[in-house]
Amino acid sequence: MTPVGHDGLRPAVLLPALTVLTLAMLAVSLAVGYEPLDLGQAVADLAAGRATLPALVLVELRLPRALLGGLVGFSLGMAGAAMQGMMRNPLAEPGVVGISSAAAFGAVAAFYSGLSGAMALALPLGGIAGALVATLVLFALLGRGASTTTLILAGVALNSFAGAATALALNLAPNPYAALEIVFWLMGSLADRSMSHVWLALPLMAAGWLLMASTAPALDALSLGEETAASLGFGLTALRVRLIGGAALSVGGAVAVAGAIGFVGLVVPHLLRPLVGHRPGRLLIASGFGGAILVLAADLGVRLAPIRPELKLGVVTALIGAPFLFALVQRLRREAL
Amino acid sequence: MAIVARTIGVDLAGRRVLDAVDATLARGEVLGIVGPNGAGKSTLLRVLAGVLAPDVGELRVDGETRAQLGAKALARRVAFLAQEGQAAWSLSAGALVGLGRLPHRRPFAAESEADRAAIAEAMRRCDVSGFAARPVGTLSGGERRRVLLARALAVEAFYLLADEPLAGLDPGHQLDTLRLLRAIAAAGTGVAVVLHDLSLAARFCDRLLLIHQGRGVADGPPEAVLDETRLAEIFGVVALRGLHAGTPFLLPWQTTARRGSDDDRR
Repeated sequence: MTPVGHDGLRPAVLLPALTVLTLAMLAVSLAVGYEPLDLGQAVADLAAGRATLPALVLVELRLPRALLGGLVGFSLGMAGAAMQGMMRNPLAEPGVVGISSAAAFGAVAAFYSGLSGAMALALPLGGIAGALVATLVLFALLGRGASTTTLILAGVALNSFAGAATALALNLAPNPYAALEIVFWLMGSLADRSMSHVWLALPLMAAGWLLMASTAPALDALSLGEETAASLGFGLTALRVRLIGGAALSVGGAVAVAGAIGFVGLVVPHLLRPLVGHRPGRLLIASGFGGAILVLAADLGVRLAPIRPELKLGVVTALIGAPFLFALVQRLRREAL
Repeated sequence: MAIVARTIGVDLAGRRVLDAVDATLARGEVLGIVGPNGAGKSTLLRVLAGVLAPDVGELRVDGETRAQLGAKALARRVAFLAQEGQAAWSLSAGALVGLGRLPHRRPFAAESEADRAAIAEAMRRCDVSGFAARPVGTLSGGERRRVLLARALAVEAFYLLADEPLAGLDPGHQLDTLRLLRAIAAAGTGVAVVLHDLSLAARFCDRLLLIHQGRGVADGPPEAVLDETRLAEIFGVVALRGLHAGTPFLLPWQTTARRGSDDDRR
């Protein structure tokens, strides 16, 4: 038995706790950087409207990085919980099933075609288009109640296809610097982002969060199968449209500003599931906060680790997440025996 | 006050599964839907529950169509217990039963006093109160069936439609379940059950609807519906009949000669 009992913690306890943890991580993220920064001084300068160096470092460097870490993590965590609830499978995750790589390809296509130079929104829109197409393809392939095997195989197919298409864009890149830029961007990072990235992604992500959160009661009902959910008054078509649209908006937005950061949506819902009594509806928002905490922590690790050039965030989450996926597959295999 | 289905036709994957079936379920009665495997019983029950829209025909619940009632109001009126009884996540039994209250709750509202009372009462009646805190994954098949039945009861609907609620239950819990369904009907709920056990169907149902090859063949009191001819022609069995404490019973005893020759031909 888990120490919290099988119904988990009450939402009135869990959500405030996660919120406080997230805010604490944001604060730590603001305080940590490559150059020492007197936070009090910076905030005081900012409040007084003085454009001093500390104030600029805070607003131009630290704040966007911290905010994006939280936003991207929230999106990835929540989208993971949403996909798992919809497909009723704990391995459904935007990265594992290929949505992230398709979003990355969509963004790369916007990047490569020069559209992103012409229009700031082209990059996130490309990411969202990629995510949406991948989610629709996945759903058409799998239909209802996908088995783990078909889900993973569909993910392998989507990942390879999106990977190949991205490689093609690299192959045809006009010059080596453009290719290198795409490669680095693909690895996922929060370095050198600005507030304009935040304003670009925030509305899209927030719309996605709202769409996904609105499905919480329906996801709970769906734990008993589609017919029982329908008998409880939940229309499946509306549910799927909201979930797929929401996941695509938030993952597409996240990938567009931070590149591909995998495994967050796999690890976080799995860790939090016991704390919400295994209810897919409650897991949504909890996983959002959990994802924000994980990404902020990973990004702190990236900055604190004595490795230069800085490790890419997507590389770090993959290094943590891939062994986790192995362990999960191993456990599911044991349960199936 | 009844669920009334008229000339229902359903095509699934290009095959006519139900053809011009009429069915009614009044409040306060127990209707047994019987028929051989593949006759279309479960499909009919899904149509009656409003979960499956028929290709032909019309369904009215208390005189109103599904569109007139709306999905939520229909969900409060008609509870449905599906045949497949697997929960995707390892919810506690109490939380699973609580899902039956979803049609009564506004999104994100906490459980009300009425919700908690309905959940506790449903669990008590299905003899699963002791499992409330246990993950459903750790329950036996029969225990899980009873938890799922409690989930359907927790809806406190005017009609309860159950697809093979006895599957996987031991004889004691089969009898308990049927007695429970009778008690629910006596309290004014309309109960429709798909049953395979003809002895139990004949004994516990007020009325039987016999489905064969997608058509409604007979509808009436059990002894009239399950006569020798139909038992032989549709089910391919010969039944023993008797009386116990003034109540007639029937017991399928052997297959008919004709059915035997069918099998030989195959």
